[in-house]
Amino acid sequence: MTPAARPALYSDTIRERWRRPRFRGELAGATGVAEDVNPLCGDRVRMMVRVDDGSIAAARFAGDSCAICTASADVVAELVEGRAAPAAAALGAEDVLAVLQADIRPSRLRCLTLPISVLQQALGR
Amino acid sequence: MRLDEQTRRDFPILERIVNGHPLVYLDSAASSQKPRTVIEAMSQYYARSHANVHRSIHTLGEEATELYEAARDRVHRFIGAASREEVVFTRGTTDGINLLAEALGRTLGPGDEILITELEHHSNIVPWQMAARDRGAIVRAVPLTREGLLDLDAVDRLLGPRTRVFAFAHVSNVLGTITPVARLAERARRAGAVTVVDGAQAAPHLPLDMSMLQCDFYVFSAHKMLGPTGIGVLWGRRAALEALEPARGGGEMIKEVWIDRARWNDLPWRFEPGTPPIAEAVGLMAAVEYLEKLGMEQVAEHERTLARQTVEQLGAIPGVTVFGPPATVERGAVVAFGVEGLHPHDVAALLDEQGIAVRAGHHCAQPLMRWCGVVGTARASFSVYSSPEEVSLLSHAVASLRSHL
Repeated sequence: MTPAARPALYSDTIRERWRRPRFRGELAGATGVAEDVNPLCGDRVRMMVRVDDGSIAAARFAGDSCAICTASADVVAELVEGRAAPAAAALGAEDVLAVLQADIRPSRLRCLTLPISVLQQALGR
Repeated sequence: MRLDEQTRRDFPILERIVNGHPLVYLDSAASSQKPRTVIEAMSQYYARSHANVHRSIHTLGEEATELYEAARDRVHRFIGAASREEVVFTRGTTDGINLLAEALGRTLGPGDEILITELEHHSNIVPWQMAARDRGAIVRAVPLTREGLLDLDAVDRLLGPRTRVFAFAHVSNVLGTITPVARLAERARRAGAVTVVDGAQAAPHLPLDMSMLQCDFYVFSAHKMLGPTGIGVLWGRRAALEALEPARGGGEMIKEVWIDRARWNDLPWRFEPGTPPIAEAVGLMAAVEYLEKLGMEQVAEHERTLARQTVEQLGAIPGVTVFGPPATVERGAVVAFGVEGLHPHDVAALLDEQGIAVRAGHHCAQPLMRWCGVVGTARASFSVYSSPEEVSLLSHAVASLRSHL
């Protein structure tokens, strides 16, 4: 398997975020926490947010999940920090895909969207 | 000649190129591929003989009925059933277990116990939970030994006076563990419990003889044994089937119907309401013929060899964990494994880039995944067409995985 022959399923961004996630960890003083699983594979993701004055002061994630799900959770946390809560809750798969620059197949799309739906739960939506 | 050399050209799908590589299909435990004879038998049936069975007094109806019932005869001989009446066609293993859980569930009372094991597929767990919930009964599970075998001492402890059903897999779909069906059935009988055996991972790979297994019910699917999706078999000892009140009604399963009551049909049709999967029965018959021509002893030996090679080769790769019994213990045609630092889905996706199809995830066996201490595993599984070369390709690919993510 040469790198050139490899399709873009695992983009450089996904590899980078999977190896060194920037937003993985516990969040002290979290005001919203939610956790859910991907029934397909049993992956588990917890999203934590601290909402301060209507906007997200900090976001972190924890969990045991595949590269796509981990990279997605990391990007979701990064994207929502500093956003107003309603705007954060409106985050969609296309926003995360734009950052990951990857060709996610339908069979793995749930890996990408799990952190988004868990974030919405953490925000009480 | 090796079995794969003998059979590979009978499976048109194996000519496919996937992601630029010849397909290496190592996911037969999820669903096997189909030989040309199965595909052609079904297409011939639809092109020439299709009609509804059992109630059409015309030529096509008679041909369809003959084919459907001939499939039953073929299965009856294939599994060593005492009579054709003991062979009920279902939609698959899951459907067969649900049928039994519904019917046996009605006989349960509060405090009665259903015994399962920790290595079951969800389809042999959840239907029993539903049956138990409806009747106030309790589901208990036989634990595993450290090697991934059933703890037989615990079986004796758990089979008590309240145990009404003992349901267990013949072969684990994850660990490959082969359970001692006859011994377990004997103990269950002494305790007065009915035995239900999930044979989904055994029927495609091992010679079966119901008269030797001594269980009450045995269920399996066609699609894992070279046949089509949508049909399965529920075998029941005649007395056990006769004692079972049908839980599903409709046409075909009755003798006479009044507005307020009905009289059941004879075995096996009593458990086959509605139009059955006729073309699928024709396909199953062709699959059984194909397997019988190869010989199930040869099939079992071929797959045992592949499983042993896989356990040895994967086990020798640093950072790779092989789950289940050691290579010295006989196992079914599946090998589950993990790669340190890589999620099983990523393992499967990276292997797919090289045309290698394996299963990854919890394999519908979450209690067993908890026992393994993992979220999921990757799993390679084999059929008659799987080759030692494919095992080597898998091992080489797995050995180089960690550099790719």
